[in-house]
Amino acid sequence: MDMNILTAMKIAAFAGGGFAMGMGAIGAAIGEGYTAARANLAVSRNPKISGDIFKNMLVGQAVAESASIFALVIAILLLFLEMPSGGYIQAASLLGAGLCMGLGALGSGIGSGFPAAETCMGIARQPMVSARLTTNMLIGSAVCQTPAILSMVVSLLLLFMQFENIPFQPGWGAVIGAGLSTGLAAIGSGYGGGLAAGASCEGVARNPNTAGNVTTTMLVGQAVAQTASIFGLLVSFILIFKSFPETRALSPAIALLSAGLCMGFGGIGPGIGNGQAAQGAVRWVARNVHHATDLMRIMLVGQAVSQSTAIYAMVVSLVLIFVV
Amino acid sequence: MAIEGADLVKAAAFLGAGISMGLGAIGPGVGEGMVAAKACEAIGRNPKEAGLLTRTMLVGQAVSESTGIYSLVIALLLLFVV
Repeated sequence: MDMNILTAMKIAAFAGGGFAMGMGAIGAAIGEGYTAARANLAVSRNPKISGDIFKNMLVGQAVAESASIFALVIAILLLFLEMPSGGYIQAASLLGAGLCMGLGALGSGIGSGFPAAETCMGIARQPMVSARLTTNMLIGSAVCQTPAILSMVVSLLLLFMQFENIPFQPGWGAVIGAGLSTGLAAIGSGYGGGLAAGASCEGVARNPNTAGNVTTTMLVGQAVAQTASIFGLLVSFILIFKSFPETRALSPAIALLSAGLCMGFGGIGPGIGNGQAAQGAVRWVARNVHHATDLMRIMLVGQAVSQSTAIYAMVVSLVLIFVV
Repeated sequence: MAIEGADLVKAAAFLGAGISMGLGAIGPGVGEGMVAAKACEAIGRNPKEAGLLTRTMLVGQAVSESTGIYSLVIALLLLFVV
């Protein structure tokens, strides 16, 4: 069997495309299923406004779907795009692009299901504020989608950058590590952002007078939850744009791959944890709006502590890239 | 291209360091988030005790943080010592 660059690129593109769509389908499907389940419950509680609930279910599901549509776009590009032959490093970067988008769509898809589900339940409880709930849901789930969008940006960079000047030996670790870093870190931020958005939709329905405070707390909490995926993006950019000297040894390439894995896995926990903290704060701002400032303060302190492990992971990643 | 034993050992240490810190960060991150969520709930129920609750939250989170610090120590040992 003769193995040339073109064969290697085809293998990487097909494996990456399959992984991107296969993993990318999981999150959105779970999120939409959860939305539909809660929508059924909402219709059974208040059948008179089933039309309104149905409409909001579909809008919410459409937003959740976008994560897996990003994955579909990347998978189709990987399958059918004529790639310029840039050597074996280009093959590795195609695999990295597929890994990044497949993992990156997981969290956002699940997360976007929570605000949509709570909006359906909220409309059943308070039909008067359905417009406010829809707006709140759309803001919340749009923020949930940002980790998936960051993953798509890294995937597209890995697809279309020319890596021909970069030597294969440490370079393959850098491009696959870049994909894993943003892709894995996006899981936690997407899911965590969804927890906060879901709590805010529930809160607006419970006490519509607090809507302003609830939406503000949600946005602050989600912004902090996104930082984990932004750390992942930072490590990916360093891995993509830094130039590495050619070497015959294996260990520099493994160090770069490991830097991506470290930041990727390290971003999952803090992303989810920050989302849980924001969920708790948003839920109680709606119940006890007089103490919204206290709740915001304790949320931010708690999130900062939870963020520390992501910072450790980033430190180890940067040591792996720049020191060893 | 011949891969030497020493090179392979170094590569394994780098991979181990990344996985140690990466996976080790998941647990404390989620656990500390739960603590913060419950602290928000507690302050929402009983805002007068905000100072006491903040202190309790921070001590609890610090204990939960310890496993993350173990991971960091092991990662740094793998990178610089062994």
